[in-house]
Amino acid sequence: MGTRLTARENLAVGALRSVNWVSRVTGRGAGTVAGGRVGLRISPNLLAVLTRDRTVIVVSGTNGKTTTTALCVAGWGGDVTTNATGANMPAGHVAALAGSHSTHVVLEVDEAWLPDVLDAVTPKVVILLNLSRDQLDRANEVRQMSERWRSSLASPGADPVVIANANDPLVVYAALDADQVRWCDVPTNWTLDAQSCPRCTRPLEHSPSGWSCTCGLATPEDVTTSLNGELTVAGEHAALSLSIPGEYNRGNAAMAATALREVGVLLSESIPRMQSVTGVAGRYTVRSWQGRQMRLLLAKNPAGFDALLSTVAPEPIDVWVAINANIADGRDPAWLYDVAFEALKGHVVWCLGERRLDLATRLDYAGVEYRIVEDLASLPATTQPVELLANYTAFQEWMARSAPC
Amino acid sequence: MLKIAVLYPELLGTYGDGGNGLVLAERARRRGVEASLELVAMRDELPAADVYLLGGGEDGPQRLASDLLAHNGFVDRVTDGSYVVAVCAGLQILGRTFCVDGNDEYQGLGLVDVVTRRGEVRSVGELCVRVGEQLLVGFENHGGRTVLGEGVAPLGRVLRGRANDGEVDGYRTDRIWASYAHGPALAMNPWFADEILGTVLGQELDPLGTAADLLYARRRQILTAGLAG
Repeated sequence: MGTRLTARENLAVGALRSVNWVSRVTGRGAGTVAGGRVGLRISPNLLAVLTRDRTVIVVSGTNGKTTTTALCVAGWGGDVTTNATGANMPAGHVAALAGSHSTHVVLEVDEAWLPDVLDAVTPKVVILLNLSRDQLDRANEVRQMSERWRSSLASPGADPVVIANANDPLVVYAALDADQVRWCDVPTNWTLDAQSCPRCTRPLEHSPSGWSCTCGLATPEDVTTSLNGELTVAGEHAALSLSIPGEYNRGNAAMAATALREVGVLLSESIPRMQSVTGVAGRYTVRSWQGRQMRLLLAKNPAGFDALLSTVAPEPIDVWVAINANIADGRDPAWLYDVAFEALKGHVVWCLGERRLDLATRLDYAGVEYRIVEDLASLPATTQPVELLANYTAFQEWMARSAPC
Repeated sequence: MLKIAVLYPELLGTYGDGGNGLVLAERARRRGVEASLELVAMRDELPAADVYLLGGGEDGPQRLASDLLAHNGFVDRVTDGSYVVAVCAGLQILGRTFCVDGNDEYQGLGLVDVVTRRGEVRSVGELCVRVGEQLLVGFENHGGRTVLGEGVAPLGRVLRGRANDGEVDGYRTDRIWASYAHGPALAMNPWFADEILGTVLGQELDPLGTAADLLYARRRQILTAGLAG
């Protein structure tokens, strides 16, 4: 790091590293957040200090943050500093930054923390993936989030290049007043949170060519990035083939590639490297548990779940779904009724997790065959891989329970 | 044919509220009653229905929904005999005034003598309400403090959570059930779904015995743990 630190900042970084080392060796934590908290307490502007003289890409949005961050890191190539999965608030950021000297940085940032992080860090590029309802018991209203992003990006001084999803009205509104925007035409199926205009609340018109409001807010026409069979970014074309499934991940890769072009990496360099991403923190990968093979899929909110349901194989395989409602999940599972579980008709769904009865009730009303699993020992033996869809803490439980194949 | 209409789910459907319409329709069908479930969008004309459902929404959409309902014949439909199930923002819209964007007072439909002001803190968490002999369990997430006019009966008495004011939840008139228990409250409370359905159909309904009964028993057990009486 070329940055000279003050004595206090040095102390903060030292304390941060010690706490994380203790946390790791005592097995009490993954050793990322605890030290970060200590460092920030000693030197609150540590995030600003540790990103000085580094080229930073920031990734935020409701869904796809972790995967897009991984795609940016892989696509950039070489030594890239990035935060650990789930540690996407400033404590996690400073922990990652203090632990590495690379000048190339990709930070995944929690939506609600984005304005604070933009204040502290002067990123070169900001990726805004999408905004939709998620953990409403904590974040309350998604439109407010869009408004907070907008005022943060419009404030003078901060002039990152914003890579924004042109098909998500809440993202377009957020990026509207930013100095430099690269609009991306990427697959965006979830529009339930964008039926009324983010600017004036009047009804939005949706058509195959895009969306618009009578106030003038509409799908931006001057898109930099499009994904029609092949990927095009600012006139450069590339065939996009990834090792991870899902149309939504092609969109994530397109936005990652657009961001990387802003730091001088061509598609011809970034796209082949992205193929090395085969799973992200266990997601998409096949794991084993008690003689069974399972593909673990994470979805934290209705938009994410809807996208995942489209990747479940049409054959009548068993599907396991695990739902919790801990603080990290959002304590209110009402969102189950925003997910089109009807898509699972023809499958037998095994209901797991603390809120398995909420899930079973939802499936019952959707006309989907279900089994309530009160005891994991009652799960059937299977010969073919099981698809296991889980929300946040349920996913973590199954990651801990299962092993890599 | 029982006609159920969910009004403006794109505006008033923040918390999976559309689920309530599905629950009513399914529970009718399983008793051999034909039921239609219509999702009414902003640009649609208001269809005739036996029961209308209104869900929760953010400030801007709530204001827009209130304006749409004031001019689409909804008030006449209700006066002429349609039933309404309203939760959260829907509950506020049916009243005289509610608050948006801070403390700006906004005109509601005035179907019920109820006024909603901005509460000092947001009410977020589990909700448990005694309704007659029954318990209503659910989740609330709103910023309102609702005051009932003289003679307006609450839906029930709050045992856990805040609802209108920490004392009572929602209101009940001849044709309206209103509660702060948002989202799929009817999924979680099969007895409540059947009370509404039985009233709308004008018949007594036998229990169905589905996963919802297990869910209700579990939530009721969890939410009443540690409560006196």
